[in-house]
Amino acid sequence: MRPMQGYVYPNEFELHWGLLIVVYPYLTGLVAGAFILASLARVFNVREVQPVYRLSLLTALAFLIAAPLPLLAHLGRPERAFEIFLTPNLRSAMAMFGFVYAWYLMVVLLLEIWFDYRKDLVIWSRGSTGVLSLVRRILTLGATDLSEGALRFDAGAGKLITIVGIPSAFLLHGYVGFIFGSVKANPWWSSVLMPVVFLFSAIVSGIALMLLIFMISSLVRFKRVDMACMDKLAAFLMYALVVDFSLEMLDFTQRLYEAEESIRILSQMLSSRLVLSLIVLQVLVGTVLPLMSLALVAPTVRKQGLVKVPDELRRLIYFVVAVLIQIGIFSTRWNVVIGGQLFSKSLRGLTVYKIELLGIEGMLTAGAIVVLPLVILLVLVKLLPPWPDAEAGATAGIGLGLAVSPARR
Amino acid sequence: MAGELPTTDEATQDSGAAPGRRAFVTACGALAVTTLLVELGTDLEAEEQAEGPERYDPREHYYGMGIDIDKCIGCGRCVEACKAENDVPRDAHSFRTWVERYVIHADGETAVDSPSGGIEGFPEPTGEAGVLRTFFVPKLCNHCANPPCVQVCPVGATFTTEDGVVLVDEEYCIGCRYCIQACPYGARFLHPTRRTAQKCTFCYHRVVRGLVPACVEVCPTGARIFGEVHRRSSPLERFRRFNEIQVLKPHLNTDPKVFYANLDGQVR
Repeated sequence: MRPMQGYVYPNEFELHWGLLIVVYPYLTGLVAGAFILASLARVFNVREVQPVYRLSLLTALAFLIAAPLPLLAHLGRPERAFEIFLTPNLRSAMAMFGFVYAWYLMVVLLLEIWFDYRKDLVIWSRGSTGVLSLVRRILTLGATDLSEGALRFDAGAGKLITIVGIPSAFLLHGYVGFIFGSVKANPWWSSVLMPVVFLFSAIVSGIALMLLIFMISSLVRFKRVDMACMDKLAAFLMYALVVDFSLEMLDFTQRLYEAEESIRILSQMLSSRLVLSLIVLQVLVGTVLPLMSLALVAPTVRKQGLVKVPDELRRLIYFVVAVLIQIGIFSTRWNVVIGGQLFSKSLRGLTVYKIELLGIEGMLTAGAIVVLPLVILLVLVKLLPPWPDAEAGATAGIGLGLAVSPARR
Repeated sequence: MAGELPTTDEATQDSGAAPGRRAFVTACGALAVTTLLVELGTDLEAEEQAEGPERYDPREHYYGMGIDIDKCIGCGRCVEACKAENDVPRDAHSFRTWVERYVIHADGETAVDSPSGGIEGFPEPTGEAGVLRTFFVPKLCNHCANPPCVQVCPVGATFTTEDGVVLVDEEYCIGCRYCIQACPYGARFLHPTRRTAQKCTFCYHRVVRGLVPACVEVCPTGARIFGEVHRRSSPLERFRRFNEIQVLKPHLNTDPKVFYANLDGQVR
């Protein structure tokens, strides 16, 4: 491991925000990204991505439930965490976390999921007995009215919440960017572009994640992977990636051109500490390679993509691209959080980050927190099957002779 | 206490009454006097204490510190005194104050070091190029009038007192370390066992008793000057009147209240 270089303030020897704080913006980014994808499907009526609408909502919820955990685990005094809610300092960006989080979880996600699933919950719980059915009955909150008017109200309310939800998702992740972007003491963080860059990288990571989850879930359920949906996702992914990369380049160019006091130490850090995580993983592997692959095979400018490839190969390319993007976005979070602490605020030296394996802030905890949302998602999927063929219209609804609409439009 | 006095008066007025009542009245009088004495005693004690913190009115003060770079000899006594006075962990990553040494070489390169915060002084400077000049810079929390650390604290555990000192409420801090990130001067650290943020308090426990901070007290050359910022009779105001003053990182608009005389442009 490279030794420390130059002069570092004595109190800066250890990094104060470690791996867990890398995981936090990574998770919230996935939440925002997955939700924005769902909103695209609903508000803009993108037919091809309808099959991932519900899955995206559940994914967003699963990741949102896990999102505060890294923060909590990293606190010096986690038992006092509730003070953020009880006595927030209203001038603190971090204190807003409680409100933004509560708003997003309670008002946006839960409500939208509830309105969307209410009809199905009623029908599913009618059909059978058992624990699952009981839970579903409880989840209907007693609203079992399936009249046409009630269903129309559900649809209307759902749409309204989605519309409110888009700016909320922007708020959620833009806010995370603001936490870093507003620290004027840190030249690596302090940038007005930070919230915007966070937002677009969130959209990129969310779409890539949904692509992965959709593909894997189809395989696990022995269903054909819906290629129309995959192609559309890939196209969206590419558009988002273009915007994201442009913004990052803009930020980079601006810093380089302005060449402020900090530029010397920052370029030193870039060329000695962040070669792998920034240049290789974030830019080359996580952005340029996926961008080129998508440009070649995804149907963006032309209906078929620049190079015509069979479905199987295209699927494989999408899968690899989505994995690379996850690696790239995680590296992006790493480069922001860890990179921002590798140089001294004296601008005279570089320190090192010693990552630990065990311990509350170690790799195992971080790994567990990253896997946890997938476990939550598994439970949610059992409870609220998001598959188009599981919708009540396709099965129980007909048996009960109810007037339910066929597959969602 | 004032409420007790009429009782004594009544007792005296009644003293000419029947003998049966006399004993009773005398007893009452004795009781009243005893009560009075006990009350008085407690009051004296309270008054003694009041000379300490109780009498202290923060609104009458506004503190800052002056540092005369030319006077600092890098002995590290201030660092030692601070650690002892404030029970600062003895490790090499926890400092409420520390001393930096700047060595400007003949080729223009500036080397900065602060081995163990300068607590044991400094070794001979190294480097091939000859030394142009060197100087020491004591550092501590700047007790900014516009403190970014206070702004970002999510629970308001860190705050500015009326007398201009930035403090951390240890019972309230959740240990999120946002304040450490927000401080441009590296003046904060997380206490390794208490798991809360810590920093220089200007020795607030001493200041409210009319004493100066420990680092100021022990400095053998008088390089640190403590006092009121806006009071003409204060040693700090005198220091500010007779020296050209600079603060650290003025472009960040934190408005520091640690004022440096003879500060070199190399210092960050």
